[in-house]
Amino acid sequence: MNRHVPGLRITWGRLLTHVSLLLLVTLWTVPTIGLFVSSLRDKDQLIISGWWTAFSTTERNAFGRTGAANAQVQVGGRYVIEGAFLDDPRRTIVSFGITQADLTAFGPGEAADIDGTSFTLFEDGTYRWVSDEPFSHSAGRRIFYTAAIPPTFSLQNYRDVLSSERIDRAFINTFTVTIPATVIPILIAAFAAYAFAWMKFPGRQWLFALVVGLLVVPLQMSLIPLLRMYNEIGAMFGVPSKTYLGIWLAHTGFGLPLAIYLLRNYIGGLPRDIIESAQLDGASHFEIFIRLILPLSVPALASFAIFQFLWVWNDLLVALVFLGKGDDQIVLTSSLRELLGSRGDNWEILTSGAFISIIVPLLVFFSLQRYFVRGLLAGSVKGG
Amino acid sequence: MTQQVLMALLAVVAGVGASLAYFFGTNLLLDRLAADGRKPDGSYLSRESTRNAIRPWLFVLPALVILGVYLVYPVFETFRLSFFDRTGTEFVGLGNYAWAIDNPEFRMAIRNNLLWLLFVPAMSTAVGLLVATLADRVSWGNVAKSLIFMPMAISFVGASVIWKFVYDYRGPDAQQIGIVNAIVVALGGEPQAWITVPFWNNFLLMIILVWIQTGFAMVILSAALRGVPEETIEAAQIDGAGEVQVFFRIIVPQITSTILVVWTTITIVVLKVFDIVLAMTNGQWGTNVLANSMYNWMFRGGGDFGRGSVIALVIMLAVVPIMVWNIRRFQAEEAMR
Repeated sequence: MNRHVPGLRITWGRLLTHVSLLLLVTLWTVPTIGLFVSSLRDKDQLIISGWWTAFSTTERNAFGRTGAANAQVQVGGRYVIEGAFLDDPRRTIVSFGITQADLTAFGPGEAADIDGTSFTLFEDGTYRWVSDEPFSHSAGRRIFYTAAIPPTFSLQNYRDVLSSERIDRAFINTFTVTIPATVIPILIAAFAAYAFAWMKFPGRQWLFALVVGLLVVPLQMSLIPLLRMYNEIGAMFGVPSKTYLGIWLAHTGFGLPLAIYLLRNYIGGLPRDIIESAQLDGASHFEIFIRLILPLSVPALASFAIFQFLWVWNDLLVALVFLGKGDDQIVLTSSLRELLGSRGDNWEILTSGAFISIIVPLLVFFSLQRYFVRGLLAGSVKGG
Repeated sequence: MTQQVLMALLAVVAGVGASLAYFFGTNLLLDRLAADGRKPDGSYLSRESTRNAIRPWLFVLPALVILGVYLVYPVFETFRLSFFDRTGTEFVGLGNYAWAIDNPEFRMAIRNNLLWLLFVPAMSTAVGLLVATLADRVSWGNVAKSLIFMPMAISFVGASVIWKFVYDYRGPDAQQIGIVNAIVVALGGEPQAWITVPFWNNFLLMIILVWIQTGFAMVILSAALRGVPEETIEAAQIDGAGEVQVFFRIIVPQITSTILVVWTTITIVVLKVFDIVLAMTNGQWGTNVLANSMYNWMFRGGGDFGRGSVIALVIMLAVVPIMVWNIRRFQAEEAMR
């Protein structure tokens, strides 16, 4: 919405508005862009140059070792050793030298004199070493060079992190946690909300007030008793204390007060007539709920579903307490945290791992932004 | 891999199916057991009132049981455990509370939480308001809002990785790959491992939460700005008020209550902040906060449930009044609609 009629003249004030907003947007997006660009870079380049240099050709100093005497062939009375230093065809030689201090002594294709022999390093990284006498050295000679590395982007880091760091398992595990932890509370809350809104039973007001009261309880209050309880149940019945069922129920418990509260407000606002006329037709409350109320409540259900889905997907604390860290249970946030500890300097692993963990929420965000906002507004009072 | 996916699918279907089965099953059972019938004398017997008396409880029972187990019982149990020793077996009176008051680490966590409390809600709300205001005045405002809102979808751990990369430090001779140190070097400064610099590192962690929460503040404040009547602004402009004056004298007073809601909501997030600190520093270099300290005590050396419970209670005490205020407001607003 424009509060001001857009003028033809660009005033300083308007320019300042554009510039400051652009600055803020840049500040807010650059960190994520850095992560994304880095995750696509070659892991060797990633640690030696900033990601902002990724789009330009960089130069890198290195050395190669020539073949030893046993690699020589005789060509027309002269002795020749041939080979190649660069394994990537897109890299090129900028200059080379015989000693480390002399990196820029020769251009590609120029002949360097080594003790009366002629050494040439070509632009494509192949070399040709020619001598009139037979070579006799047993170890290859080091040749120092500067190579130009064009911008390279690949999905290699993603392949690596998926295969070697169990991120693929974590991805599936996260879905295993998130889907039931979203659907079960919605189902349970919807039934309860309907009962609180439209059915008569003793203690109805009082119980609903209790549910609203539970909104204020922070998650932290529940963790220790529940951890103890799970451990005791596990020990008593000889079952594992860390299970998917356990975390589904925990997330259900933490999400229920908000879900019931929101859905009761929504369902309670539906017109009384439709419910009463269905009752006159002989429908039971169960039928009314399934056939009428659920379809009518889709917007409210969707908002809460998105909120709960993102909340569970992004949760770390509950997963740390109620799930194990084995391959079969670790979730994305948890394995990302492990990577930060164990592979803190392997940015190719961290950046691609992080991006895999945020891609689903980002997709939800960009495709369902409107519902997402509604879910957030609704969820802003969540106690968990 | 396929097996893993199948297991996951099976678990999902079983979990969701079981809760569906409960609702359908019990309601079907009720309809059968309390079906209408005939009295011995052959007249029609309606059991509708029986069914109507029982059915609500079928509807609310799962919710009540789960809430009881996962929220009501733990509140009392945490309170009880705070008077017991590390395993929860021996009564120690106020011992854990005395420990907390004396403990320098606990006091530092409190101090840090207070810092967070001052900085994060204020910054998020201020920048959110600024963006909401600016974005309403340019044609690409919606794109700008979308981009600033985006971090809201990213997990705290994911955000921590993103920012750890921003703060990354290489030795003074190496090329800096973290953008902060690269800028510092470009301006002629010395690169630093910023995360380990005591006191100021707290603010580096806070920036991450500001980065996430600003979008939330912006969205809500943007909606509020739209509700400000155009006439009030025009009247002020006719009276010769400049843009800045209009903003502070006319617009801000009309959205004060929304600003408060945003502020308090972010305050609650701040009081429970955990993931960022755990992932960035695990409370080292003087950055510990209450929630992280509590998590540590739950597991450190086999766990000390007494001390953990005391910290949980402190968090609860801080959160409750703000939540109560927020819910009251929310209900008042719902009532007005």
